[in-house]
Amino acid sequence: MHRSNIAFWTGAAVFLAAVFVLTRTIGNEYPFFAGYVILQFVVLSVAWSILGGYAGYVNFGTNAFFGVGVYTAVLLVEAFGAPLGVQIAVAALVGSLLGLGVGLLTMRMRGIFFSIATIALAIIIETSVTNWRFVGGAAGIQLQRPPVTPPFDSYVKMLFFVQALLVVIAVATTRSIQNSRIGRGLQALRDDELAAECTGVPTLRLKLLACAISGALISAGGAPAAMYLQYADPSSAFNLNYSVSVLAMSLIGGTSHWVGPVLGAILLGVTQQLLAVTISSEVNVLVLGIMLVLFVVAAPKGIIGLLRRQSSLRAKDRS
Amino acid sequence: MTSSNAPEASLLRIDALTRSFGGFVALDNISVEIRKGERFGLIGPNGSGKTTLVNCISGALRPNKGTVLFRDEDITPLPPNQRAHRGIARSFQIPRPFRSMTVLENLMVALDFAPGHLLELATHRRDAAMSILTRMGLASKANEATATLTQVELRKMELARAMATGPKLLISDEAMAGLSTSEVDEVLDLLMSLAGEDIAIIMIEHIMQAVMRFSERVMCLDAGRIIAIGAPAEVMANARVQEAYLGA
Repeated sequence: MHRSNIAFWTGAAVFLAAVFVLTRTIGNEYPFFAGYVILQFVVLSVAWSILGGYAGYVNFGTNAFFGVGVYTAVLLVEAFGAPLGVQIAVAALVGSLLGLGVGLLTMRMRGIFFSIATIALAIIIETSVTNWRFVGGAAGIQLQRPPVTPPFDSYVKMLFFVQALLVVIAVATTRSIQNSRIGRGLQALRDDELAAECTGVPTLRLKLLACAISGALISAGGAPAAMYLQYADPSSAFNLNYSVSVLAMSLIGGTSHWVGPVLGAILLGVTQQLLAVTISSEVNVLVLGIMLVLFVVAAPKGIIGLLRRQSSLRAKDRS
Repeated sequence: MTSSNAPEASLLRIDALTRSFGGFVALDNISVEIRKGERFGLIGPNGSGKTTLVNCISGALRPNKGTVLFRDEDITPLPPNQRAHRGIARSFQIPRPFRSMTVLENLMVALDFAPGHLLELATHRRDAAMSILTRMGLASKANEATATLTQVELRKMELARAMATGPKLLISDEAMAGLSTSEVDEVLDLLMSLAGEDIAIIMIEHIMQAVMRFSERVMCLDAGRIIAIGAPAEVMANARVQEAYLGA
């Protein structure tokens, strides 16, 4: 237990150090521009899996939380010229409040009805933002990046590092949930909510907690996107593609362990970036669909499931 | 069969409980009291309201009228998890294991959230879970997935999980349905030994021999009403019970 903690935090430190060294050594901005998107999807997928994976409530409104993150940042920049750190922190706060709202939905809805309600929520929020002049309305809004803070020499590289930091925060949070009694409680209520209640699991409290944490992380992961693109408009910030991609990444990676969504997001994220460069950005939606179908049929428990099966087979061979 | 001469303290008091589903009255003005450590048999034909009563006690359903008092506290508005923390545990008529977990982990869920174990180390909770499994004869299955369990093992696991919450009242909802005679005896012995530890047990059962052997008192429901309550032999001899339940 303690050894795995040391290993985890060493790994996280090495990862951040490596990211930092990369920003110092590679001059070309493009790898960071592409890498940012991959890291962003790692954050979103890991965050999504807290509710969708452990608790079994499939949130189809990732785009709502993402867009809320983006527009919280936009609002803060427009109104107060707030710095990036504040944008992310407030976005997390707003995301957690929205998460609590979604959590209340779980009192009355589960399964497909819950998923549909989250889609409806995304549409409601998107419509509201579309009609909100101050943040640009339907036409969107241009944003001016402030000058970059040292030690970084470009804003995109800084955003890349910030998103890497968010990856560490999201993974560490998810990992600690998975290893705690909260994780076991969520798993129990996913298997059987009434049995969990009667066994003493405070299911509503756990669901609210999972929704709030998941929502906070997704919105935090979305907040830097405003400065990343220097532009925001409702139809891209609330694009349903975020929901579909994140769902696919989590399922393809496997949701029974936090490593699953990380692997899924890297695999699909890298594929999408390569396709966007070599063929077109539209093809990656097709590829996403095909991969999802392949995995659902051939490996319903995702990459994690495949790895576990391999290792248990090997264990059997040895014995 | 009361073991002590001390005044029999009330553990659970149900007062004028009514629950209906639409126009159908599943429980009609039920009042009954269960004593500490009592072995209480609940019988009645299918659809007579036994499981509805259990659901109202465990909190899965709210009654339309009436109150449920547990250790002199009105628990009527409480959700099931808080009732579990106060000492009400149950098994389900159709077993409801946590299927993605091992047998041991199923018990760990209960211990993780039991008020008495909140400050304990995880290893202590694990030991506590193992000792319950050992007692239930499931120790060898601790690390098996629940899908590999036989029917009787699944029933025992449900009882073990209920025990892990540290109950004062255990409701066993047809834990013996579908079991062979020897398996019924096994489960019955387990319940008997639990009752010996000052845990009151409400046993819902269709297997009459089991009910007769187990219960200190038996209550018979029919169409949501109590038609007889008392010593097992008395209740079985009651003409209305024979008419309603045995179809004689």
